[in-house]
Amino acid sequence: MTVLAPTRRPLAALRRLSPLGLVEALATPHGVDRYLELVNPMLTVRELRAEVTDVWRTTPDTVTLTLRPTRQWRGFQAGQFIQLTVDIDGVRRTRCFSPACSQHRTDGRIELTVKAHPDGLVSQYLYANASPGLVVGLSQADGVFRLPVERPAKVLLISGGSGITPVMSMLRTLCDEGYDGDVTFLHYADTDAHVSYRDELRALAAAHSNVNVVLAYTAADDGDLHGFFGSEHLESAAPWHADAETFLCGPAPLMASVRALYESIGLSDRLHSEEFVLAPAVVDDGEVTGTVSFGDVRADNSGATLLEQAEAAGLSPEHGCRMGICFSCTQVKTSGCTRNIRTGELHTNPDEEIQLCISVPVGDVAINL
Amino acid sequence: MTNSSITLSNDQIDELGRELDAIKLRVINDLGAEDRDYIYKIIKAQRALEVTGRGAFYLGFLPPFWLLGTAALSLSKILDNMEIGHNVMHGQYDWMRDPALNSKRFEWDTACPADQWRHSHNYMHHTFTNIIDKDRDIGYGILRMDETQRWNPYYLGNPVWAFLLMTFFQYGVALHDLETENIISGKRKMSENKELWHGIWRKIGKQTLKDYVLFPALTGPLFLSTLAGNATANLVRNLWAYSIIFCGHFPSGVATFTEEETENESRGQWYIRQMMGSANITGGTLFHILSGNLSHQIEHHLFPDIPARRYPQVAPEVKALCEKYGLPYNTGRFSKQIGSTWAKIFRLALPFSSLNKSDKPPAVTVVPEKVPAAA
Repeated sequence: MTVLAPTRRPLAALRRLSPLGLVEALATPHGVDRYLELVNPMLTVRELRAEVTDVWRTTPDTVTLTLRPTRQWRGFQAGQFIQLTVDIDGVRRTRCFSPACSQHRTDGRIELTVKAHPDGLVSQYLYANASPGLVVGLSQADGVFRLPVERPAKVLLISGGSGITPVMSMLRTLCDEGYDGDVTFLHYADTDAHVSYRDELRALAAAHSNVNVVLAYTAADDGDLHGFFGSEHLESAAPWHADAETFLCGPAPLMASVRALYESIGLSDRLHSEEFVLAPAVVDDGEVTGTVSFGDVRADNSGATLLEQAEAAGLSPEHGCRMGICFSCTQVKTSGCTRNIRTGELHTNPDEEIQLCISVPVGDVAINL
Repeated sequence: MTNSSITLSNDQIDELGRELDAIKLRVINDLGAEDRDYIYKIIKAQRALEVTGRGAFYLGFLPPFWLLGTAALSLSKILDNMEIGHNVMHGQYDWMRDPALNSKRFEWDTACPADQWRHSHNYMHHTFTNIIDKDRDIGYGILRMDETQRWNPYYLGNPVWAFLLMTFFQYGVALHDLETENIISGKRKMSENKELWHGIWRKIGKQTLKDYVLFPALTGPLFLSTLAGNATANLVRNLWAYSIIFCGHFPSGVATFTEEETENESRGQWYIRQMMGSANITGGTLFHILSGNLSHQIEHHLFPDIPARRYPQVAPEVKALCEKYGLPYNTGRFSKQIGSTWAKIFRLALPFSSLNKSDKPPAVTVVPEKVPAAA
């Protein structure tokens, strides 16, 4: 999510004389991409999109997609994530995924491995419906979870389940670079069948003497290790971990136990992690709890509509009808859950637009005012 | 006068409110891929018509091509303004979370800047529909469209002002939010309009550059022919949009309300005001689409934020509710509705009351809930 520097006026005037400026003046007020997308959605002037070129389902619950991005794509660094957007039953849905491919991939394509979570709307949709030719929305890569530009002397990669993707990208990137420091790839899965990239991991280990792949299974005995993460696993997989930088991505219990152990041995500053941000399960029991924040202004949730609460906090957000019909008070809810008092619908997604005058907070809510 | 007074209890009005809420909720729960496909189909048609129109002007020296270009561009602008622009800006498609069809970001192919329209229309007009002195769409500050507007000699020109408004409708709409009549009467200061003017000039500038400079220039020697075609398309759109919009609230039988009447209005009462203050037009599918489904003005005013293609679907239920509660459901052919609108414009140019009794809508009397009789 890049922030464009504000254009200075003379530059803007110059741009208008350019061929693109002329085309935009002709396309006003809709923008050139709004016309081009009707011919071919991959033909864009400004918007970044991607076309699915390959789909394969490697494990019982994952799907691996190859994406060909439009020319606006600026590449990524191993470990970073992108936001992918699809329309499901008419509604646009956006989720974050970490590319699993090497950042040096020569054809410039992006590989994503998506695990179909039982409650995951987007992941289930992609698992069931993704096919070559599907065009999706794409964001530029973002995130600070990435290999340092100056590669560390030793690297320990720890992952669990679908958290494999950013560290897989790191491993592939290091291999592509001819990195010669020790690398251990410690991955947790239920069983052998649940390991995405299993064959490739074994092949990478065979081809690079400095790469050690350790697969730990929590529900089977045929792995390199058995059970959940602990100091024995760490000692056996990477006895040199104190000299390494560790990169961690996986489900919350794995993250917690790795963090706790690293803290106890004083290595927290060498541990880098990426947390899956899962929307918290919201229980709307009608009780009024939590804090509402409007930018810097915070107040206890009073149970009133967000418009009333903002006004009670001394703010004067733009509004009109106060009955949900005019959409003047629509604002972006950056986090938390709100209930539409007209329809009873719960809005749980971050960065969702809501109407302040007919929305009440359910627990903590942050509004971008 | 069989139909001159309707008596409803508060309970009945609340019940009507609940029944209308239920219709809306059912539609909202049913929104999905079909609605998205529909609006994109309309957008595709509009963009195809626009490209066809702009392209045909390159052969504009041949009269059939000039006519084709003008017709295609007129239809493109009508679709853009009515079924797409007006409806998208109402938030009808916000549930899709598609930035291209978001009510706060959408801009339309007309002189009025979208943000000003959203204020004057979505908020002022739709909230205070047909309340004299609050709904500035009654006469748009320049016409006498209701007997309660006090007559003065300026209104002798009522038909002329209406004709001018119709011809230059896109600019009339663009200037609407400036509330010029309130500046003349001293209720509003010129300085309040500074920012609005800025927005209007910028939008008009872009529109003018596109339609009256760049596209004509791109056809080289046909500059004037293309310019005339573009101007005609804008005019056709003006005539059409004015006519559809005037049929929405001004045909005979449509009610107006006073501020006192509508104080502390319940949701049910708000619904009744929307129904009695609006009028529909009958017609075929294509007519409904070209009117932006404002041919279902009653349904639109009840549910301004559900996709307009749903209005014909819920219309039978709304009509049935009107019958159940004895409320009028004002509908008629386009010729009848626009005819009675122009008749009103002419009659109200004169000082003396000349509206037919049948022009006058029934009054709704609200009686307090009755205490159930003891058994």
